[in-house]
Amino acid sequence: MDIPRIPLGDWVETFINWVIDVLGGFFDVVSTIFSGFYDGVAWLLATPPFWAIILVIAAIGWLAKGWKLAVGAIVGLLLIAVLDQWENAMDTLALTIVAVVIALIIAIPLGIWAAKSQTVSTIVRPILDFLQTMPAFVYLIPAIFLFGVGVVPGMVATILFAVAPGVRLTELGIRGVDPEVVEAGNAFGATSGRILRQIQLPLAMPSIMAGVNQVIMLALSMAVIASMVGGPGLGKDIIQALSRTDIALGFEAGLAVVIIAMILDRITSGFGNAKRGRKRATSATANDEAPDAGAETVVVHAG
Amino acid sequence: MTIPPAVEAKGLYKVFGRNPKDVVRRLKAGETRAQVADAGTAAVIDASFTVQPGEIFVIMGLSGSGKSTIIRMLNGLLQPTAGEVLVQGSNVTTASPGELRGIRRRSMSMVFQHFALLPHRTVLDNAAYGLEIQGVGKAERRERARDILTKVGLGDRVDAMPDELSGGMKQRVGLARGLAAGTDILLMDEAFSALDPLIRRELQEQLVELQQELGRTIIFITHDLNEAMFLGDRIAVMRDGRIVQNGTPEEILTDPANDYVAQFVQDVDRARVLTASAVMERPLAVPVSAGIRGALRVMREEQVGEVYVVENRRLVGVVTDRAVIHAVKGGTTDLRTIADRSVHGVGPDELLTDIVEQAVGSPVPLPVVGESGRLLGVIPRITLLAALGNVPATTQSMPIIPATALELAAEIGRLEPGALAHAAGAADGAAAATEGGEH
Repeated sequence: MDIPRIPLGDWVETFINWVIDVLGGFFDVVSTIFSGFYDGVAWLLATPPFWAIILVIAAIGWLAKGWKLAVGAIVGLLLIAVLDQWENAMDTLALTIVAVVIALIIAIPLGIWAAKSQTVSTIVRPILDFLQTMPAFVYLIPAIFLFGVGVVPGMVATILFAVAPGVRLTELGIRGVDPEVVEAGNAFGATSGRILRQIQLPLAMPSIMAGVNQVIMLALSMAVIASMVGGPGLGKDIIQALSRTDIALGFEAGLAVVIIAMILDRITSGFGNAKRGRKRATSATANDEAPDAGAETVVVHAG
Repeated sequence: MTIPPAVEAKGLYKVFGRNPKDVVRRLKAGETRAQVADAGTAAVIDASFTVQPGEIFVIMGLSGSGKSTIIRMLNGLLQPTAGEVLVQGSNVTTASPGELRGIRRRSMSMVFQHFALLPHRTVLDNAAYGLEIQGVGKAERRERARDILTKVGLGDRVDAMPDELSGGMKQRVGLARGLAAGTDILLMDEAFSALDPLIRRELQEQLVELQQELGRTIIFITHDLNEAMFLGDRIAVMRDGRIVQNGTPEEILTDPANDYVAQFVQDVDRARVLTASAVMERPLAVPVSAGIRGALRVMREEQVGEVYVVENRRLVGVVTDRAVIHAVKGGTTDLRTIADRSVHGVGPDELLTDIVEQAVGSPVPLPVVGESGRLLGVIPRITLLAALGNVPATTQSMPIIPATALELAAEIGRLEPGALAHAAGAADGAAAATEGGEH
């Protein structure tokens, strides 16, 4: 090969090193906040007896969708407990929850901004494509450099990986709001903040909830991979099983991930539907169909 | 007058495209819409009009004629490329976003074609939306919204969600939202166009009633000429971005500004637009003081079978040739005693559709009676038909022929010789007219 090779990878490495040198302090702060946040949630999930957690999750399931989901959640979580994966599962759940909350804090305002400004939308779109399609492991490498080994690099990688659908579906939802209704808000003299709060966000809610659902599913799948850099949770057992070719352990830990994924998916899609139910949208419009379709496909991804 | 017009549009242009200002310059220089099409789409070209307080002003045109663009420039949802809009004296075009919001809250609300209700709110909270934006407290705005909802006939559905309502009901909510906001001006953008014809008619009638009760200024956009004619105090007809005629429904119907308008108004239900005063003709009337002879002379000269009797220009009744002949025989001379007072006049503002039945039932042309009983004109049946059919009414010279000339002849036979001379003239005339009509 006489084509000159461009050392792009080296440049990126140099750049990352430069970032570490210059912004090291900043990343230390971020690291402290993230790990503190994680420790808090993990403590909250690990401290009470397992049956209490099961009951709380079942109750949430009942609120979201009904008694069937509550029963399903109890059976599934009991299965995790008897497989002796409870502690790992709670660690994974904590990691997922923290990552999702941070991802949504980034995604929803960014989605709103992108919906309001074509320029922002044009800039954000390729970045989201990049984040979503870059193999997830690749995020782990700079994350280790920036945050060291442990829970934080896994969390950062998870956030980067999961943030895209949140932004996209928020933007889509707000852009999809009937322009005449927005015009009505304007015509009566409402401020744009008020239109956002009272018209655009409520009407975009089905789409935003679908985005939240997707973020959760992607975060869960990534949380498992995050164990490669020392993150706690089910991923640890899965990677161990992989290296030892331990089918039994691998299956048990994998099953626990599937169960958590299903419960989270049903709960979030249930809340999305409940919002819709209150609106009494008897006629299923295209907008309303979206969350269901999204929810079904995503389970496969997460499993 | 110190009261400013509700809305004043001065030389409005709206051009969509890369260089709108340039397009406006070219349009002002006399180029047509098609000639500037390469540089931009001229949605509205040089539109000027004034809307007085309390009037229903209709902007009518087919889709693409620019009417929806105009209405959006009135409340600043679209910024005109050139020209300006004054709403109750304040300039919308130069207002800052904050001032504009203030004008919208204070002065003008809007009703939309597809209702644009907030689907996640109850009917009551939808109707109260305008007041909510104005900062009215929850209890008060709900009470006011409830009042208006009762007025539009939705008093029992205040807690329903918009999705539970039919199209007609949704638009009642939209209308209630606009009215409840309490603004003097209501913009209605194709508000009834998405509704079934029957529901539409119902809402049109309700709108007219509400407008009379509440006295709002309404600017109504429609592509339906019948709707425009029914609602409008004045109508601006638009074509290709320009206002081609601006006038009352009757002016537009009876005196179209150009072929386009004429063609447009061809299919209008004229009975619902034209009023008695628009089609009436000069009445044949004799004052009471003229006496029997005067009446007879008029009948003979004009070759008609009946004349109206007036006193101080007020309608007393109608006398027919037969009654005159009887009177001559009986020696009466006072027209008042023989006038048939059972003829009921119609008001000058009554629509033809409301007087057709009366006209058909009446043996004589319908008298049109104004204030304090003044006789303004008459509407012969043939005139009515001509007006409804949009054919030139050449009835002026057409006499009303006595039903049975033979009967009349028989009566003449019983008259005294002196009176006969007068009466004969009328009978001859009638006979001649009959022959004339057959040829």
